[in-house]
Amino acid sequence: MPFKPISQKFTDFVIFRDDSRCINCEVCVRQCSYEAHYWDDTRQRVSFDSSKCTGCHRCAAQCPTSCLTIRRNPSEFRENAFWTPAFIKHIYKQSDTGGILLSGSGSPAEKPVYWDNLQLDASQVTNPSIDPLREPMELRTYLGAKPDIAAFEETAGTFRLKGEMPPQIRLEYPLMFAAMSFGSINFNLHKAMAQAATELGIVYNTGEGGLHPSLYGYGANTIVQVASGRFGVHKDYLNAGAAVEIKVGQGAKPGIGGHLPGEKIDEEVSRTRMVPLGSDAISPAPHHDIYSIEDLLQLIYAIKEATRYRVPVSVKIAAVHNAPAIASGIVRAGADIVVIDGFRGGTGAAPTMIRDNVGIPIELALAAVDNRLRDEGIRNHASLVVSGGMRCSADVVKAIALGADAVYIGTAALVAVGCTLCGRCYTGKCPWGIATNEARLKKRQNPDVAARRLANLIRAWGHEIQEMLGGMGLNSIESLRGNRDKLRGIGLNQVELDILGVKHAGR
Amino acid sequence: MKAPDTFWQFDKDISGCGVFGVIDRKKNLISGSMPISAMCTMHDRGNGLGGGFAAYGIYPHHADKYAFHLMCDDQTSLDKAEKVIKEFFDIAESQPIPTRKTPAIKNPPIVWRFFVTPRQVRPRWEHLDEADYVVSVVMHINKTVAGAFVFSSGKNMGAFKGVGFPEDIADFFRLDEYNAYIWTGHNRFPTNTPGWWGGAHPFTILDWAIVHNGEISSYGINKRYLCQHDYECTLMTDTEVVAYLLDLLIRKHGLSKRMASRVFAPPFWDEIDRMPEDERRACEALRMVYGSAMLNGPFAILVTDGKSMMGLNDRVKLRPLIVAEKDDMVFMSSEESSIREVCPELDRVWAPKAGEPVIVEVEA
Repeated sequence: MPFKPISQKFTDFVIFRDDSRCINCEVCVRQCSYEAHYWDDTRQRVSFDSSKCTGCHRCAAQCPTSCLTIRRNPSEFRENAFWTPAFIKHIYKQSDTGGILLSGSGSPAEKPVYWDNLQLDASQVTNPSIDPLREPMELRTYLGAKPDIAAFEETAGTFRLKGEMPPQIRLEYPLMFAAMSFGSINFNLHKAMAQAATELGIVYNTGEGGLHPSLYGYGANTIVQVASGRFGVHKDYLNAGAAVEIKVGQGAKPGIGGHLPGEKIDEEVSRTRMVPLGSDAISPAPHHDIYSIEDLLQLIYAIKEATRYRVPVSVKIAAVHNAPAIASGIVRAGADIVVIDGFRGGTGAAPTMIRDNVGIPIELALAAVDNRLRDEGIRNHASLVVSGGMRCSADVVKAIALGADAVYIGTAALVAVGCTLCGRCYTGKCPWGIATNEARLKKRQNPDVAARRLANLIRAWGHEIQEMLGGMGLNSIESLRGNRDKLRGIGLNQVELDILGVKHAGR
Repeated sequence: MKAPDTFWQFDKDISGCGVFGVIDRKKNLISGSMPISAMCTMHDRGNGLGGGFAAYGIYPHHADKYAFHLMCDDQTSLDKAEKVIKEFFDIAESQPIPTRKTPAIKNPPIVWRFFVTPRQVRPRWEHLDEADYVVSVVMHINKTVAGAFVFSSGKNMGAFKGVGFPEDIADFFRLDEYNAYIWTGHNRFPTNTPGWWGGAHPFTILDWAIVHNGEISSYGINKRYLCQHDYECTLMTDTEVVAYLLDLLIRKHGLSKRMASRVFAPPFWDEIDRMPEDERRACEALRMVYGSAMLNGPFAILVTDGKSMMGLNDRVKLRPLIVAEKDDMVFMSSEESSIREVCPELDRVWAPKAGEPVIVEVEA
């Protein structure tokens, strides 16, 4: 084995191969894009190098004889509650390279998860619970600005709306696939999200990498995103979708831009993003035409003009300390949808320090923003969407009860197609064929199979949301939205309860 | 309005109930003994912790004045409330609400009525129209004058309610001596009542009176929606939200009663999808704009103003509601037995469909 710096000696994982079962078929060698498995010509058998293992479990999943086990490295540093192994290894890496620590996917740090401290209500005796298998149970959701008052004209036996409603996105489930750009994930998954969203009657978000020409046909179920890099943004692109989203910030890396390495920019990505082949695609930290709220207003209206006011315009920000005031400004600047992205939100690449230390939990940001918009009487003027931290349908139900209109799921969608959260998306070598544009890797995702898995996930969550709604005696999602009486806190202090606007269990 | 700091800590009462209503389309007066005996039939729908009635046409001599009914813990709180009323209104008449001592009603509050008109020069809320002004003063008293509560504020109508079975409350308020062209009655079965007189039904604001059987599972969001529109729920009951929502939707937003009933119990999306274009777009807009005002959960409500009575069920009919006609009279009740008790021969009896309002207007 060649020389390795100490940063690679203390490996995170160790590979166990049961030699009595291994048939030296080399499937693991072909599956592992990090080359942790290799053919040892001297010994004439497969071998491995644990230092290259990211813990993605692709080899174990594909091994025909199930002879592979991936474990945490049992070799431990002296126990230290302060200097945990992660901090020690960070320093080894940085003193090797002088570089910024990089991470992929959402923050795994041990910080409060408020979803886990919230319990839902159910009906007993005084109101009947409703069985969604026998009774209607409505999840349909419309995103967009709503007027405060609707006026109707009633004539003999019929009635009609006076005037027009502002443009809306119609969702059959209060769920959407979050922005993951073409380039950060590959075409097969973009196609899968487009197909699944169309089949389900929901939408997916293109992310900041433009829209591949072959996916324009799914426009009615697509939100096209405009970020600070303006990749792939042109008039047809803006008009291709059901809505346009201005991405100001991302929960995983508030305050900084993005960096898609040149290795990931192949022919198709280059064409779609309108950047040269193989060159890094760098999104600046701010939009250089938005240095203030009045600038945002101009961009919102520029997009509304460009799309002839046909589609809602959404603005996405990271959940930061002043999120309520910022959200209020965004609504007043004319946005039809406000998206708040929490620090658990995924990313293809983010500096580790920023991912794990910047931003606030989505639960608190959501509760505070919803309160603020209601206190100011402008909650109807925009829909409120949250992303970054919904792991299951119960998290979604709790988010809606706190005040969200709908929820974006990104990480959960990737897990549905195989992601194991190894967090090495920035290498471009994702062995599951997700965060990679390498031909031999990306073909591991079949768009039709992935679309089916995504659709299954949303349907499963839909059923669960219906069951929970029915249990609470509600038969429509709008009666849950902002209905914090349906939540109770457990193990939360008074300040947390106050911010969440939720009583403690037992009260 | 900004939500008060401890808004979310507010407790709500849970209750089941019986309701009865009768309206005479020609405004012929009906003696109070009719609704009393109908409510007696439904004695078992309550548990003695709340009963009440609303009556329209009872103050013909003061028909142009707002009739404020107050309940006060003691003379001091009544004096304070009177002082506030004097600040905002000219009082035409001030008197105790006639009562009789009955063994069933223990420790009643002081009940008083004022017939008032808004002062020419208003000390506050100069920019509001008269109705909003009256609502603002009522809310002001209920919020700031400790121990005093305005429980009725309409014209030529009044609510009478308290802790007890409805027949005992009727006895206490001597309702058999009143005649009205619309009566509603309510028998309450609260499961965690604070035993407060103000918590009984009907709930009223201006001419609106509501009696309600049900639990509004959407209360949490209805309450927040109302707060956004400057209505603060203070009464520990979900029926209050119905009263305020009606005021908001019909009086302020100009919706018809029929459209308001579609807000409360909207058609299902699959019905809406099958509607003709105009109606489909209207219903979509209605649900988008007023989703937070939808009443979800089991309910049967009777809503009255000086001109009409409306009965409405939730959209899957989880609480009973029966309607019957006899000549110019229309009855609505939780139980047919209560109608048959006071009017054995009926022209027509039917159970309205889930979410379909029955609206009966008096003839002009």
